[in-house]
Amino acid sequence: MSALRPEENAPTRVAEAILLVVALALGMGGMWMVGYSIQDGLPEGFWTYSIVLAALAFTAHIVLRLRAPYADQVILPAVILLNSVSMAMILRQDLDPAGIDGANASRHLMWTALGIIVACVALFAIKDHRSLRRLTYTAMIVGIVLVILPLVPGLGREINGAQIWIFIGPFSAQPAEFAKIAFAVFFAGYLVANRDTLALAGKKFLGLQLPRLRDLGPILIVWAVSLAVLVGEKDLGTSLLFFGLFVGMLYLATDRVGWIVIGLTMFAGGAVLAWSIFSHVQLRVNIWLDALNPDLMNGPSYQLVQGLFAMSYGGMFGAGWGEGYPEYIPFAFSDFIYASLGEELGLTGLLAILLIYLVIVQRGLRHAIGVRDGFGKLLAGGLAFVMALQLFVVVGGITRVIPLTGLTLPFMAQGGSSLLANWIVIALMLRISDAARRPSALPTRGALADPVPAAANGDAIAVGGAGPVQAETEAGAGRGATPDDATQIVRGVDR
Amino acid sequence: MSELTFTLLRLGYLVLLWVFVLSAVAVLRRDLAGPRTASGRRRRPELAGPAPSPTPGGGAPRAPQRGGPSRLVVVAGPLTGTTIPLTSSGVLIGRAPSCTLVLDDDYSSSRHARIFPQGGQWFVEDLGSTNGTYIGEERVQGILPLAPGVGVQIGQSVVELQG
Repeated sequence: MSALRPEENAPTRVAEAILLVVALALGMGGMWMVGYSIQDGLPEGFWTYSIVLAALAFTAHIVLRLRAPYADQVILPAVILLNSVSMAMILRQDLDPAGIDGANASRHLMWTALGIIVACVALFAIKDHRSLRRLTYTAMIVGIVLVILPLVPGLGREINGAQIWIFIGPFSAQPAEFAKIAFAVFFAGYLVANRDTLALAGKKFLGLQLPRLRDLGPILIVWAVSLAVLVGEKDLGTSLLFFGLFVGMLYLATDRVGWIVIGLTMFAGGAVLAWSIFSHVQLRVNIWLDALNPDLMNGPSYQLVQGLFAMSYGGMFGAGWGEGYPEYIPFAFSDFIYASLGEELGLTGLLAILLIYLVIVQRGLRHAIGVRDGFGKLLAGGLAFVMALQLFVVVGGITRVIPLTGLTLPFMAQGGSSLLANWIVIALMLRISDAARRPSALPTRGALADPVPAAANGDAIAVGGAGPVQAETEAGAGRGATPDDATQIVRGVDR
Repeated sequence: MSELTFTLLRLGYLVLLWVFVLSAVAVLRRDLAGPRTASGRRRRPELAGPAPSPTPGGGAPRAPQRGGPSRLVVVAGPLTGTTIPLTSSGVLIGRAPSCTLVLDDDYSSSRHARIFPQGGQWFVEDLGSTNGTYIGEERVQGILPLAPGVGVQIGQSVVELQG
C-alpha cells in the first residue's frame, strides 16, 4: 500500500488494486440490481459486461505497474468506477421495457474498451510527457482544424441545434473533445515559453497588473476562435470550454489575477453580444431562466424540465436502480445521464459521483505541483482544470445554474468521442503523475531545504544496520516540503 | 424481490459508493500526510545535531570526500532554501530544463555554470554565461576552486556548498 515508503523499490500498487475491486463491484452491483428490478433475473449479457470491464481494468492496472509504476493509484479506480456505473445506467436504459431509442450498452462497452486500450497504448508510446512539448505548434494546428471541422459543409451536420458533430461515412464524432487535448498541449508549450513576457511586462492599474497590448495577441486569437465556435456551431459549452481552458492556464502560468479579469470581461462581452444578435442564443437563455414557463415546458425546455423532475423524484436516496423513468428524458443516456443517475441514486449518489470527479481533478492539480518541469505542470494543471470546467458546464446546465449546452459528462455519457478523448486525458495525467512521484535526485522547484545537516549515525541505528545502510537519511528533503518531494530526494540519494 | 430487500440493497449500494469515495480520500490523505517513517527520520537529525560525515551509502555515488560538502544550497534568490544533494557527477546550473538546478531567471544563461568535484576538492566553472558568475565581487573566469560556505552568484541567485 505504501507507495511512498522510501525503502521499497517500486510501489506495489495494492491500493489501486483494492479500489479497483470496489469500483468493479459497484458497477456489477448496479447491473445486477438493474436486472432484478426490471426483469427479475440477471440482465442479459451481465457476465460479458462484468468480465470485459474487469479484464480491461486489470489490464490497465498491469500496464501501469509495468510502464508507470509510480503513477497515482486513485485516478484509475475512480475513472473505472464512473465508467462502470455509467455502464449499469446505460444497460438499464437499454433493457427498459418502454424502449429507449439510442441507449446501447454493448456500444458503450465497445467504446470503453477502445478508450482503455488507447490509454494503455498511450502509456506505452509516451515514455516522457516532455516529448509532447515538441508538438506545441502541431497541436495548435490540429486543435484549430478539429474545432473548425464541424463547420465544413458536407462533413458537419446540425443536430439538436448545435453543429458540433462530423460525419464520415457510417462514423460520427465530436471533434471538440479531442481538440481540448490538443489545445491543452499547445497552451502548455506556448505558455511555458512565453510566460515571462506575459507575467512581467505591463502597467499596474487599480492593483491589477495589466499586460501589454502586444502580448494580448494569442488571447485575442483564442477569444476569436471560441466566439466563432459559439456563433458558427451554436455551442456555448465548447466555446466556454476552450476559452476557459486558455484563461485558466494563463493564470496557472503567470499567477496574474489580471488575466482572469480580462478573460471574464471578454467572455461576458462576447456572450452578451452573441445573445443580442442571435436568436438561438436568446432561446437558450430563455430556456435557462424560464424553464418552467408552460409555453416552453412542452417545447424547447422539455428536456431540461424532465431532467429536473427526474432529479426531484430521486430525492435524497434515489428511487433505486431500475425504478426511475428515464424514458421521459430525451437523451437520458448521453447528455442527461446525470439527471437519470440522480433519479435512481438520489442526491447521495450524485454527491458521491461529484466527489469522485473532484478526486480526479485534485490528483491532476496535485501532480501539477509535484512534477518538476514547467510544461508538465501546465499540462497537468490544464487537463485537470478542463475536466473540472467541463463538469461544471454539464452539471451546471442540467441543474439550471448556467444555460444548457451540448457537452457530455466525461466517462459517463454514452458516446465514443467523449470516452476516447477522456481516456487519453487520463493516460496523460497518469504519465505526468508517474513523473511527479518518481524518485529523483532533484528537488522540486522551490522545495524548502532542511537547515539541519543530515545525521547519518542516528539513522544507521534506526535502520538496524543490517545489510548496506541506505543513504536515505540525506534528509535534504526538508520540512515544509510535501512528502512527495521529500521522497524524491530521499530516494534519489539512494540510487 | 421483496420491497424490503430492494430498499436494503438500494441503500447498501449508496453506502458502498461512499465507501469507495472515503477509501479513495483515505489513500489521498496518506499521500498528504506522508509516510510515517520518513517524517520520523526527518525530525531526528535536529536532536542529533550537526553530523560529522555524510553516510557512505549503499554504493550510491556520493560526494568524493568524507567530511566534504554534501549539498548545494540556494541561499538567495527566488529559490532560496532549495537543496541539492551533491554527487560525484557535479551540479549543472542554468535555465535549461536539463540542468540539475533549474533557475527560472532571465539573468541566467541556459547552461550557466557547473560545480564539480575533482581530487577531493570542489570547483566552480563558468560555462560562458552572458551575465557571468561571481564569487563576491570577482567574476569567475574559467575554473576556480570553491570552498564550502562561499556564495556563488548566478543571476539573481546565490548558491553555496554546505557540510
